Amino acid sequence: MSVQDELKAVPPAKLLIDGVTKDFTTSHGTLRALDHISFHIHEGDFVCLVGPSGCGKSTLLNIIAGLEIPDNGLTLMDGKPVTKPGRDRMVMFQEPALFPWLDVMGNVLFGLKLKPNLNKKECCEVARFYLRLVGLEAFAHSNIHELSGGMKQRVALARSLAPNPRVLLMDEPFAALDALTREQLYGDIQRIWAERAKTIVFVTHNVREAVCLGNRVILFSPHPGRVREEFQIDLPHPRDINSVELAKYASRITRALRGYVDAPETELGAE
Amino acid sequence: MKRLLSSSLFFIALLLGWHLLALTKRWSPILLPDPLSVWDYLKTALFDGTLFQATLVTLRRLVTGYGIGILIGIPVGMLTARFRLMEDTVGVLALGLQALPSVCWVPLALRWFGQTEGAMLFVVVMGSLWSIIISTDNGIRNVPPIFARAARTMGAKQFYTWTRVILPASAPFVVSGMKQGWAFAWRSLMAAEIFVTILTGFGLGQLLEYGRDLNAMDQVIGVMFAIVLIGLLVDKFLFSPIEHFLHRRWGTGRM
Repeated sequence: MSVQDELKAVPPAKLLIDGVTKDFTTSHGTLRALDHISFHIHEGDFVCLVGPSGCGKSTLLNIIAGLEIPDNGLTLMDGKPVTKPGRDRMVMFQEPALFPWLDVMGNVLFGLKLKPNLNKKECCEVARFYLRLVGLEAFAHSNIHELSGGMKQRVALARSLAPNPRVLLMDEPFAALDALTREQLYGDIQRIWAERAKTIVFVTHNVREAVCLGNRVILFSPHPGRVREEFQIDLPHPRDINSVELAKYASRITRALRGYVDAPETELGAE
Repeated sequence: MKRLLSSSLFFIALLLGWHLLALTKRWSPILLPDPLSVWDYLKTALFDGTLFQATLVTLRRLVTGYGIGILIGIPVGMLTARFRLMEDTVGVLALGLQALPSVCWVPLALRWFGQTEGAMLFVVVMGSLWSIIISTDNGIRNVPPIFARAARTMGAKQFYTWTRVILPASAPFVVSGMKQGWAFAWRSLMAAEIFVTILTGFGLGQLLEYGRDLNAMDQVIGVMFAIVLIGLLVDKFLFSPIEHFLHRRWGTGRM
């Protein structure tokens, strides 16, 4: 496959989550993290899973990624059950999880090297393309510790985009960043979603973040983790997190969420 | 510059004090030789090649024993970190034997191997192996689990994850373990060379013991200088560059 084909290939995707249930055994007994979760995600969707901590949204993301196995129910990707991690579903974690013994380029290349049918030169070209996409081409040979938190997450984004996955799974990737950097990344991720036609599942506890990014927002409630309500966000992309329209949506969803949980306000707050 | 000055002043004062103490003749020059006679010994030994020869013999033994220690220690450390059964068996053994000063292996080595190179090798391997196992094990346990998870999502299989993620991620620990192993190997070899006298090679430790037999404390102290110097040089030219590289990549100031 040539580099051009590799870069152009538009990935189709469809995810079906069907009756997924997951229990955790703790010293206090069994805890139900996810209770019969069912919904589906269409190709090109940007779905945000929102809920307070303990509602199992990260666990669900790990199950879709194939990093964890549900006790009951299944996840289908294009009609095939998910049993293990795969390059068609790349994960971005809350921590960048970049490898400090590799430079920026080496990190982006890591996943690409595992992909068959690309030679070394093509891999480098593809890696450079994604570094340009996240605006870090000039830092290709920097060490990881020399980058700021926001730049690290950008490298992590480039790394997960590089193998050209159909689905991008993001587990609160911006939670540890400052507000300004986060807003820049909101712009980047919306642009990349549109340009690269990805399907994105995005986990967050920040309602405004969810409204800013997703075209669907799915509300979870904790103990046990359940899907409560779904919102369609009909605002044009790219969206500005500070817009009034967006705030209206956010306050409506926050109100709905409060109805399902009596969690402290700070956990559900917009910021 | 100021630090260089203060440390050179300190050592000049030390040598001067030693010299003055020797000049008082309170102790026999056999017991407390003048620094100048130590210097004389070092000069002669350097020129007639005895010191050089002994250093070569010692380093050959050290590199062999230490090499075996690393070749066994690193894979075994990986196994004890990975498998519970290995941890509970070999891991516990390593933890116990690491606490044993390496000179304690000498009597056993002498009985088992006699006055041979084998005895010496045995002591060096036993002296370095356990600490290499333990620090490798420790290094691998300190690798953040998120690295392996990230690698798995990118399609890395078990073997690939181990060689390309877990091993490099544990490098700072493994290198400091190797450094410690080197120090232990060095100490145990000196002990072994003092106790094991053989004709196949005359090492620094034997030169030291020989000096005692001859009542030549200038030789003993001179050889001690040589041993310190070799230790410093190895640290400077072997371990420092590696550590420096790791610090730069990882962005750490400590190890």
